[in-house]
Amino acid sequence: MSGNSIRDTFFEECEELLEALVEGLSQMEQAPDDMEVVNAVFRSVHSIKGGAGAFALDRLVSFAHSFETVMDKVRDRELVVDEKLMSLFHRAGDHLSDLVDSARDETHLDDEAETGLIGELDSYLGDEAAAEEFSFDAITLDFDGPAIELPSEGDSAAFRVFDIRFAPSRALYENGHEPLLILDALADLGDLTVEADISRIPEFDAFDPADAFLSWHMRLTSSEPETTLHEVFEFVEGLCDLDISVTAGGEEVPVPAPLDPEPSTGTVEAMAEIEAAEPPCEDTPYDGPPRERRKEPRGPKPTLRVDLDRVDRLINTVGELIINQAMISQRIEELDLPTVAHLTNELEAYKLLARDIQEGVMAIRAQPVKPLFQRMSRIVREASDATGKKAKMVTVGDSTEVDKTVIERLADPLTHMVRNAVDHGLEKPDGRDAAGKDPVGTIRLSASHRSGSVFIEISDDGAGLDRERILAKAIEKGLVPPDVELSDPEIDNLLFLPGFSTAGEVSALSGRGVGMDVVKNAVHALGGRVSITSTPGKGTTFAIVLPLTLAVMDGFVISVADQTMVIPISSILETIRPNPRDIHVVGTDSEVVSVRGSYVPIVDVADNLGLTRHDDAGGTGILLLVSTELQGLTALRVTAIHDQRQVVIKSLESNYAAIQGVSAATILGDGKIALILDPEELINLAHASGNDPFAQHSRMELRHG
Amino acid sequence: MAETSEAHADTQFEFITFSAGGQNYCLEITQIREIRRWTPVTALPHTPADVLGVMNLRGAVIPIFDLSARFGLGATPANERNVVIVAAVDGATIGLLVESVSEILSVDKSEIQETPDIKSEATRNSIQGMISVDETMVRVVNLGAVVESGKGLPA
Repeated sequence: MSGNSIRDTFFEECEELLEALVEGLSQMEQAPDDMEVVNAVFRSVHSIKGGAGAFALDRLVSFAHSFETVMDKVRDRELVVDEKLMSLFHRAGDHLSDLVDSARDETHLDDEAETGLIGELDSYLGDEAAAEEFSFDAITLDFDGPAIELPSEGDSAAFRVFDIRFAPSRALYENGHEPLLILDALADLGDLTVEADISRIPEFDAFDPADAFLSWHMRLTSSEPETTLHEVFEFVEGLCDLDISVTAGGEEVPVPAPLDPEPSTGTVEAMAEIEAAEPPCEDTPYDGPPRERRKEPRGPKPTLRVDLDRVDRLINTVGELIINQAMISQRIEELDLPTVAHLTNELEAYKLLARDIQEGVMAIRAQPVKPLFQRMSRIVREASDATGKKAKMVTVGDSTEVDKTVIERLADPLTHMVRNAVDHGLEKPDGRDAAGKDPVGTIRLSASHRSGSVFIEISDDGAGLDRERILAKAIEKGLVPPDVELSDPEIDNLLFLPGFSTAGEVSALSGRGVGMDVVKNAVHALGGRVSITSTPGKGTTFAIVLPLTLAVMDGFVISVADQTMVIPISSILETIRPNPRDIHVVGTDSEVVSVRGSYVPIVDVADNLGLTRHDDAGGTGILLLVSTELQGLTALRVTAIHDQRQVVIKSLESNYAAIQGVSAATILGDGKIALILDPEELINLAHASGNDPFAQHSRMELRHG
Repeated sequence: MAETSEAHADTQFEFITFSAGGQNYCLEITQIREIRRWTPVTALPHTPADVLGVMNLRGAVIPIFDLSARFGLGATPANERNVVIVAAVDGATIGLLVESVSEILSVDKSEIQETPDIKSEATRNSIQGMISVDETMVRVVNLGAVVESGKGLPA
């Protein structure tokens, strides 16, 4: 079992390393000369390889090795990163991720793509690759750097003298590293002279045995390239001050600009995650060069891995706290004490505290959308390859934090929409040329917080929606009557109808029978909404609005007949206390209300839920104007609105079953349960029962059968 | 000593007996979480008559079934002695409204008789077995079947 848990940890780490890899690759695209970034990518691949070796995942190891070797060439500036190589790196990164997945799930992966990729990678290595001996040692995890270095590097035959200054920090020792081993490893590379610098050792009284005072000056004569030296220090980078410079050499090979001794942030982040419990390396006991200081804010933040169940339990308990607080407030109000000023203040403070705790707990579940967006870059790549279009992805606001569940459940709809954007949204390169646009299309993903909601937008700079075609298609499919007159937004919304697919030909990517309706439903299930805006020739934007959390929401406390219920505020556009004159009867029992000149159908909530009304004296009641995707603007009639408050969402399904028209339940201040209405479903229900009374009947029979 | 008590536990069952619709029923004690006084529930729309509604059990929303109505014995009349038996089944927590709870019954496994072949399949499904106690018959409720038929809602 313990073996398995180590394995699990490895895969968790892989996930993080792959994230760092994808991030590094996208940074490389922007700045191919930034050696820090290249190093970060290299190290990610290398670490995956190292870990995979320990678990004897040979296929992963050998692929990572090929990848890493090419990466190493880039690192040594022997290879120039061009567009072709970049795309190869991306594909190799994707494949590496697939390999990790298949190793984790123990599924089989197609060899073909891999052989092709390895072939492509090897082609960058030239003849040396053939002579290269693959000598990766799976067990020595610590200093495997030198072991895998190509022994036959063309330009490293000349001996050079390296001047190395190595000053370990306290954190290095705390992490269990031993400088002696590093010195040994260096000595293996060539002729090494070491000189210890004891000048920092303080007076005996001030001596802290746990602190690091020693540093070393070393002079190494070696034929190895500088990167090999860095590899020796790979595991302690960030935990020490390291300065490597070349002082003399026989026939000097032009040395690239000295590598930045600063560890690349990508790796440090990844490592810090791995070593979450260990102290961060900021607490270097003495000042490093100012240049390094400057970059520290980008360094790792200590993180903590917590079992999700624990967090969820905590969230539940906090939900109880909120309900309990509401109950106490209500009880005290009922007491009707003469001078309750003090009590009211304390109560108010309690309420704020409870709210604070709740927000804090929710923040634990919140995660940046970055990993989700990064996954999308792969989708863009794959989709553009498959369609022969050129596309790049731009992300904005990827540090926006959203509830973990939302992120998880958003992955599929987002994938679908991004694919659609490439497949249907963007034009072919020649079409773009003709339109005077950059032949490379842009898919823009953005996330932001706005007034308690999360906005996610997926936009392309393609041709925009072809409304005539959409309308024609909808008429052809019988989704709308042929003589219908629709406004542009209404036509756009036809995309969300079930059974709609615009692709003239069914492509391998989109058009698999799942359409935008699936996306809409998925977003809806999260309590969100999707909308489209499109400008011909400029592109299309899909906007998703989601609640910040799934655990609480803002709602109106309403009464329907004699029951108290809650309706989500987000769905309500307007509340109306109608003038009886504005309500008109259409047909036998359908009513409409005129709102600023247009007639809006009224749906009576009580009737729809089968509740009997005891208070007909209430008259017209209150109308809540809601906009639905399918039925347009509708007014929901309720008896009264009492209050607006934040309610804790409790699932009905966990102990019973889903009920039509009701999305969940909540617990009110008096301890009673109130149902949370689902306006959209309620209205659909009303229309379904109105149009097809038989359907309703058969349902009733089923229920009792 | 430990062995005997274990063997004892293997064959000995404890049941809580209660009455619903004028008949005697019982449930195995391990299925029961607690017994509560009846408090008004929040009715659920679009549900059969034997689903009374939902109740707040320390923050959890649990459905309350009228056991008498469920067995076709008519709705349980409102009475001060009415109680709700909170029971756990298949990971869900439910409440059963019954007329009254009587006692704890400790019986040997051999004393539980199988439900004889009776006409109604529904009844046979919801009754797991029978125990005879002092001339009266106590029916062992099959909680799973009660919940299953209660969830038979249209999607």
